[in-house]
This record gives sequence, structure tokens and C-alpha cells, in this order.
Amino acid sequence: MERLKNFISKAYIFIILLFLYAPIAVLIVSSFNDSKSRVVWGGFTLRWYRGVFESDQIMDALFTTMIISLSASLIATVLGVMAAIGISAMKKRSYKAVMAVNNIPMVNADIVIGISLMLWFIKFMPLGFMSVLLAHITFDVPYVILSVMPKLQQMNVSVYEAARDLGANAVYAFFKVVLPQLYGGILSGFFLAFTISMDDFVVTYFTKGAGVDTLSTLIYGELKKGIKPEMYALSTIIFALVLIVLIVVNIYSGKEERAVIDH
Amino acid sequence: MNKRSLWSGPYILWMIGFTVIPFCMILHYALTDRDGAFTFRNLLAMFEPVHLKAMTVSVEVAFFCTVICILLAYPLVIAMKRLGLFGKSYTILVLILPMWINFILRLLALQMILSNNGVLNHIFSILGLPPHELANTRTAMMIGIVYDYLPYMIVSIYNSVADIDDDIIEAARDLGAGSLTVFFRIILPLSVPGLLSGIVMVFVPSMTSFVTANIMAGGKIQLIGNIIEQEFITTMDWHLGSGLSVILMIFVLLSMAFTSRNDPDYGMSKIW
Repeated sequence: MERLKNFISKAYIFIILLFLYAPIAVLIVSSFNDSKSRVVWGGFTLRWYRGVFESDQIMDALFTTMIISLSASLIATVLGVMAAIGISAMKKRSYKAVMAVNNIPMVNADIVIGISLMLWFIKFMPLGFMSVLLAHITFDVPYVILSVMPKLQQMNVSVYEAARDLGANAVYAFFKVVLPQLYGGILSGFFLAFTISMDDFVVTYFTKGAGVDTLSTLIYGELKKGIKPEMYALSTIIFALVLIVLIVVNIYSGKEERAVIDH
Repeated sequence: MNKRSLWSGPYILWMIGFTVIPFCMILHYALTDRDGAFTFRNLLAMFEPVHLKAMTVSVEVAFFCTVICILLAYPLVIAMKRLGLFGKSYTILVLILPMWINFILRLLALQMILSNNGVLNHIFSILGLPPHELANTRTAMMIGIVYDYLPYMIVSIYNSVADIDDDIIEAARDLGAGSLTVFFRIILPLSVPGLLSGIVMVFVPSMTSFVTANIMAGGKIQLIGNIIEQEFITTMDWHLGSGLSVILMIFVLLSMAFTSRNDPDYGMSKIW
């Protein structure tokens, strides 16, 4: 009976993973397919991989996506950490009010966020790289705050006060005492913000204007003409890179966890 | 206000500039016509048959997709707990890794699998089953939406189940509770915060996923997101689009009010 239950559990997990990963397998296979048709197999090729690096359009979009995601998540992390420190010191009523506004971008439909930002941006600036960046920072910060807030609530304030009593100035005490305690939350907030920025389509679509493209908007624009197989190749490269990074981080953090337990 | 709360100053200014004012802008567009005169017409437009139908379809689709996600996610989490996969750092990573591939490309691949001469029908024919013409149907669209948002539901429920003290389950078993009793009397009630945040994360985006509807239903089904997108991109009636958006926003906020005591982000902030 136990063994049967274990078998069913394993089979079920397998089916769900199959559902989640089957489309990715199809993409990877398509990236090696020497036929522009998505359905027919025309032999093995690496030419789409060469094509990725030869296409200015794809390289530009990749570059824009990386720059926007990276700068938006970095700025959002700084803003968010400062905000979390400040908000956590607020009285209950103002705390609740600020957190309610902070939650709006997370609960609201992204199409409404994109449209409302676009309606505002066109009043004072051209739509383009800057407007997309501002929009991304706006929806990134709430996630940083949510990651950092629990760490702040666990933090022991007396350690900071002790540092001050022992003669550390506020800035020194902040960097030496407060930041190290928030490190985990800050890092996870940053990665979360980066991932969400990378994957965003809707908000970018409404705030980008003409001329600027991220990978998502470029792919969406190609939908009618048919997606270039180079896109599959690029996705496969990104997937492989992320997989390697995650495996390395996982091994590293696994060691760290064990080290913490040993102490 | 003490000195430390001043740290939040820059972000509060940011929120005013990029959350509160844009909100006022969309409200302003919603309540005026092209000549700038005050009107309720854009808000009331939601009750026109085309829009009302899109809204009904959206709510229906979002409701069923959310229920399907819950029904798929709970057994998965229970199975993972059974096999001792909790607390292993790779478990969550395996579930969110697909999100790193652009979702439009993943949907196209899913569409290929479901298409009439795709992999799925190939497997059906090998098994001697009749072929299913799923491509460009409402079913295909719902499979696409479930595919998009299932990981969010799984991660939310996983995180709240992970917080349950194993001793409680142990105690229930010692007192003679069977698996079903343990699930309905302990695991389900104690994972409600995760379930609610999962519902928020699946239900709201499901209603407006116009890209998924375009790809999976081949433009045959209009969600409220599709209507709003067309008002802005094709028809260029920004006032009407804003009016529909405001109604949508009110609906979302009202239907989510019951989860307001919980963090709307129980799941995602704990991924990394």
C-alpha cells in the first residue's frame, strides 16, 4: 500500500513536470531544426545559433532587455531597501496606508498598470527606453519590499544601537551592522525583481513607444509574420545558462546551509 | 513619524509620482470624453453587450482556471511532501525554471503540441484514441492560461504547507486520523494564506491575459484584456479603454478585498 502510494506520487509529479517542460523541449528541438516550418523536421543544424549573433535586431533587443532588467532591479533594490527600513519604523496607521499603496502594482492587472503609466508619461516625456525603465522600477519595488520586510522584522535593533554606543557613526553602523542582517532578503528581492523585469511583456508593450524593443515585444511583433527560429536558439542558450547558474548557486548555497547548521 | 521612517521618503515620492498620479490619469480619461467634457459613458460602456460578454467570459475562464490550478497544485504539494522533497532547495527551482523562457515562445510550443497534427494527437492515435481538435478553442486557451500560472499556485501552496509543523500532522496520525482527515482537517486549513495568495496571483492575470487568448484561441475569444488592448492599440479610443480599465480595477479590488488581511505575495517573495 505504501509503495503504491509512493508510486502514484512519483507518477503525478512526473506528469506535472512533463506538462511544464514539454513546451520547452519542443523549443529546444526546434532550435536545431533545419526547416523554417515548426512542424516538419528538416535535419539537424546549428545555423540558427550562428544567426542569433548575426542579427542586429535580436542582439539589440537582448541588450535592451538586459540593461533595463538590470538597472531597474538595481535601482528598485536600493529604493526598496530604504523604503522597507523607513516603513518598518512607521506607526501602525501610516504603515498600513503605505503598504496598501505599495501592494497596488502587485494586485492590479498588469494591463491597467501599463496603460495608466503610459497615459501619465505621454504628458511630459517621449515614450522609449526611459519610460520603460521607470515603469519597470515601479513594479519591481513592491517585490523588493516584500522580500526585505520579513528580515527587518526579525532583525535585532539593539545590535545597531550597541554599534552606535561603541562609537560607530550612523553610516558605518548601517553598512557594518544593518545591511549584513538584511543580505538574504535583499538578494532574493533583487533576483525576484530581475526575473519579473526579464519576463514582463504587457507593461513594456504599453510604455515602450516606437523604436525600442525588448525580447518580449520583439517576439510579440513577430507573431503574425512567424517567429524567427533564431529566437528558439536564443531561448535555448538562455535556458542552458540559467540552468548552469542555478545548479552552481544551489551547490554553493547547499554548502552554506550545512555550514550554518554545523555551527 | 520618527527619524528612521524618513528613509522611505524617496519611495513615497516615487509612489505618488508613478502609482497615485497614473491612477488619477486613468480616472481622468475614464470620466471625460474626447472634448474633455465630464461623462459617465465610458464607465457605463461596460454594460454594452460586447463588453459585458467579454467580462463574463473572462470571469468564467479565470474562475475555472483558478480552480483547475488549485486541484492540480494540492496533490502535487502533498506528493512532494510524501516523498520528502520539502526543504530541498532545488524543488522550487525546478518549478520556476520554465519561467525563464519567454512565455510567448512557451505558449507557441504548447500550441504546437496541441495542434491538430501535433504531438498530442500523435500520441492519441498510437493509443487508438480519436483525435481531438483542440487548436484555437476555448479549451486550448484555458490549457494555456493554466500553463502560464500553475507555477505561481504551486509555489504559494508549497510555501504555506512548508510552514506547517510536522509534529501536528504526526500527532493527528497517532490519534488515528487517516490521510484524508489529515488533509481536510490540518493541511487545508493551515495552508489557507498560501491558497489565497495563489488565487490572487492566478485569478487576476487570467482575466486579462490577452496574449494567451490571441495565441491559443486564435483571436476567436475576447477576454476583457483583449477589448482594452484593442481600444488602445487599434481603435484608439483611450477614454473608452480607460473607462473599461477602471471598472476592471474596481472589480479586481473588490473581489480581492477578502484576501486583504494576507500578504498578496505569500508565494513569490519566498522563491529565492
